[in-house]
Amino acid sequence: MAEGTHVPIRKYLVVWLWLFILSALAYFIDVVHVPQPWKPILLVVVALMKAGMIMAVFMHLGYERLSLIYAVVAPLIFLVVMTIAFLPEGSAILSSHAIAAP
Amino acid sequence: MATAVANLAQEFQEYTLRSPFRASWQKVMMWVFIVVDALTFGSLLVSYGFTRVSIGTWANPAHVFALHIGGKEVPLLLIAIMTFILVSSSGTMALAVANAYERNKKRTVLFLTLTMLLGLTFVGCQVYEWSHLIAHGTRPWWNPYGPPQFGAFFFTLTGFNGLHVLSGVLYLAIVARMVASGKLDRRGSYELVEIAGLYWHFVDLIWVFIFTMFYLF
Repeated sequence: MAEGTHVPIRKYLVVWLWLFILSALAYFIDVVHVPQPWKPILLVVVALMKAGMIMAVFMHLGYERLSLIYAVVAPLIFLVVMTIAFLPEGSAILSSHAIAAP
Repeated sequence: MATAVANLAQEFQEYTLRSPFRASWQKVMMWVFIVVDALTFGSLLVSYGFTRVSIGTWANPAHVFALHIGGKEVPLLLIAIMTFILVSSSGTMALAVANAYERNKKRTVLFLTLTMLLGLTFVGCQVYEWSHLIAHGTRPWWNPYGPPQFGAFFFTLTGFNGLHVLSGVLYLAIVARMVASGKLDRRGSYELVEIAGLYWHFVDLIWVFIFTMFYLF
């Protein structure tokens, strides 16, 4: 956080409350058995929302200079690249299972 | 000539000493560590996802991590409690940082201690979970619930996360001691508490993804 800027305590408490709500929501998405294509999508959206709130407010990233935000967020794009790079490999193995199955 | 050189030297110093991030080097280094650690966890989670997808079958975490209360199976109750504890600890950590900026020594130490206690409770829950699964025969190479890789990834992911929480508790203990002894007052800056907070919130962040990917999927 740049010198002199303080996050108001009220904001911390609001984010804290939202983290509880979203955690409970993620738990209920699992318990009520949301139909298959939607369950992982909803769970990832909730997780990303929580991650964004923690980083922006709790870790003060929203109050830092833009250069620091880019330096932190840009490398995480490699995670997306890595995930996508493994997708064809995973589906190839899955389809080989399908062939092997009687 | 001499003054021109002196001016140039001063200009150079002013230019090079200014942080491009307008943040202290301590904080920038913590962010560097966090990014590196995030990529480490990311590769673990990607390899977990890849393994799980390519095997095709997996253990049912809702069943494996259920608690039995009065003979009824409550799915993932322990995990829900652990999430509750870790989110609470993130809140108390944020309050410790807020009080550190107001130079309120007593309340900073109080909230740091609360955060440490919640962290230790979290690790205690993990110890319970581990001993429960180990007692039922779960090993990194075999388990009664699903493919052998389930045990391997369970121990790797939760063990790595628990190790982070445990070192975070140690880290906070050192910071709390520095606050209590007045060392940060003499230094004139409480930024150390904020930087320790960065680490603690990051551990919470990791749990968000392990909770989602390993327990809920």
